[in-house]
Amino acid sequence: MTSVYEPWNEARGAEIIAEHDKLEGATLVILHAMQEAFGYVPEPAIPMIASALNLSRAEVHGVFTFYHDFRHKPAGRHVLKLCRAEACQAAGGDALAARAEAKLGISLGNTTADERVTLEPIYCLGLCATAPSAMLDGRVVGRLDDQRLDALVAEAQR
Amino acid sequence: MTMRIFVSRDAGAIAVGADEVALELERAAAKRGIAIEIIRTGSRGLYWLEPMVEVATSQGRVAYGPVSATDAPSVLEAMAADGPHALRLGVTDEIPWLKRQTRLTFARCGVIDPRSVDDYRAHDGYKGFERALRLTSDEILADVTASGLRGRGGAGFPTGIKWKTVPQTSADRKYVVCNADEGDSGTFADRMIMEGDPFVVIEGMTIAGVAVGATKGYIYIRSEYPHAVEAMNAAISAAKRAGYLGQRVGGSTHSFDLEVRVGAGAYVCGEETSLLESLEGRRGIVRAKPPLPAHKGLFGRPTVINNVLSFAAIPFILAGGAKAYADFGIGRSRGTMPIQLAGNILYGGLFETAFGITLGELIDDIGGGTLTGRPVRAVQVGGPLGAYFPRALFDTPFDYEAFTARDGLIGHGGIVVFDDSVDMSKQARFAMEFCAVESCGKCTPCRIGSTRGVETIDKIRRGERVAENVAVVEDLCNTMKFGSLCALGGFTPYPVMSALKHFREDFSPAPTKLQAAE
Repeated sequence: MTSVYEPWNEARGAEIIAEHDKLEGATLVILHAMQEAFGYVPEPAIPMIASALNLSRAEVHGVFTFYHDFRHKPAGRHVLKLCRAEACQAAGGDALAARAEAKLGISLGNTTADERVTLEPIYCLGLCATAPSAMLDGRVVGRLDDQRLDALVAEAQR
Repeated sequence: MTMRIFVSRDAGAIAVGADEVALELERAAAKRGIAIEIIRTGSRGLYWLEPMVEVATSQGRVAYGPVSATDAPSVLEAMAADGPHALRLGVTDEIPWLKRQTRLTFARCGVIDPRSVDDYRAHDGYKGFERALRLTSDEILADVTASGLRGRGGAGFPTGIKWKTVPQTSADRKYVVCNADEGDSGTFADRMIMEGDPFVVIEGMTIAGVAVGATKGYIYIRSEYPHAVEAMNAAISAAKRAGYLGQRVGGSTHSFDLEVRVGAGAYVCGEETSLLESLEGRRGIVRAKPPLPAHKGLFGRPTVINNVLSFAAIPFILAGGAKAYADFGIGRSRGTMPIQLAGNILYGGLFETAFGITLGELIDDIGGGTLTGRPVRAVQVGGPLGAYFPRALFDTPFDYEAFTARDGLIGHGGIVVFDDSVDMSKQARFAMEFCAVESCGKCTPCRIGSTRGVETIDKIRRGERVAENVAVVEDLCNTMKFGSLCALGGFTPYPVMSALKHFREDFSPAPTKLQAAE
């Protein structure tokens, strides 16, 4: 499953804002919708959101940068998230993370040079009784071992 | 006759192949001309048996597990013939791990179709709500108070008292907010109930709305839980169609609407005031209390804010179960707690039981020890802010006060088991590092203390002036514990200090003989 995103387009951005700007406390909702459409939150969207919600640019920028989820540039074609929280650590997650880093030649939080794979840590998928766990483009995978991880990495590299 | 087969759609089951199993069952049935209907339920919470598949029989549901996609055809044949199979577990309700539990909150989870209001009603759903409609606000609040229910998010504040404040405060509108930002590692009960029995959360929130005079509710779900978001949204739509949300709910004079909002990866938003800020569309910066959310909460209005499990406990209590609920438990910890067994554990999953069970029973007896088969060295109870307990403290009963007395907390009821390969100085460092990354930055003890904590633990791990640096960590922890604005900075000292106290030998490259005093 490869996510297909639209290229940034101001009119489309304005449309997304108009869909949500009447909601109470709409900032996060709009930022999520932007990222869903474009794969990241394009910088020109920030002043547009600010103006629609009668906020300062600094305020919207502050919200955008506070939350780990929002990207300021597109991720790789596939995003592989490895759970790095305690339950997965207890079940061998440290070694798996190191293995994924070695296989992809990047450290957690980075994207491969060919822009195919972004490898990220995630702090708890709530799959703690089937640890260690991961998520590839929104698909959850539990009971990871070397073999299952290698398959996931290979799938992400395709 | 059509065979009714139940396969979980819980994220934990999907993560180990439940979707593929359901697909294979369909294929195998079509090939053999066997008529089946597959109902996707939530999980029973016996995760080592997932994907678990059940079939309706005259003796009740019979379970098979863990079923892989390649097992599916033979399991289907065994179901059709009611014959033996290596994966056959017998009647589900008779599985000892399930039978030993007291499932009040999770009674329907894994049993019903989480998309069907009718199925929910057929299993006692909306009974509490219907009774609440016949009661006055004071009577509802009296029931909640009498049940002894305390906030299941971790703080353990009496729910009845929290609720009572809201109707006493006048305002143009009031809110009910459900905290579904279950960020603690080792916890998944909120996720499970939202995916497996979302209507119980909706019903609990609606009862709260009726009791306090609120007409709008929000469920703030973390973005790491896409399956729960989908399940809650589907259930809200179904409840609206059935007249259980919207204008004149359930034919009453009350209006109550619900909306799901999705978080964006900030752990601190599990703290209630930070969550409210986030819901309002701002950075998740913790608010100073007072004012309490019950006085000035969401958008400055009186707000009932509770954890998913607190709301999910309400329907049972309002359906005439207040006393029955309070009869379970010990001391000031009344009722049941959905305990989550996780990490390196043989039998991991959700175990709902009355307060009072000991940590040792949970780990050794119910959890079966580690999955790796090595000795249990440490267990972390209550998420990243919970203390690490050694085996010497396994006699601690699961009870808010008992854990506090031993410098720990039960938090949201998650227990993560570690075997003897764990390096506790590394775990202590991780606690500080996590706090540093997730700190909202508002108060200095948390923001600076955690960063200095990481640096100082690194020095200890390198063997630099160990005794002096341990003293620095202890001092930092003291400042964080008493000087932080919220539980993030305030409780990070629990895992750090407990690691130092009980596993001191891990804090020096040359092992010292400073064994824990207890």
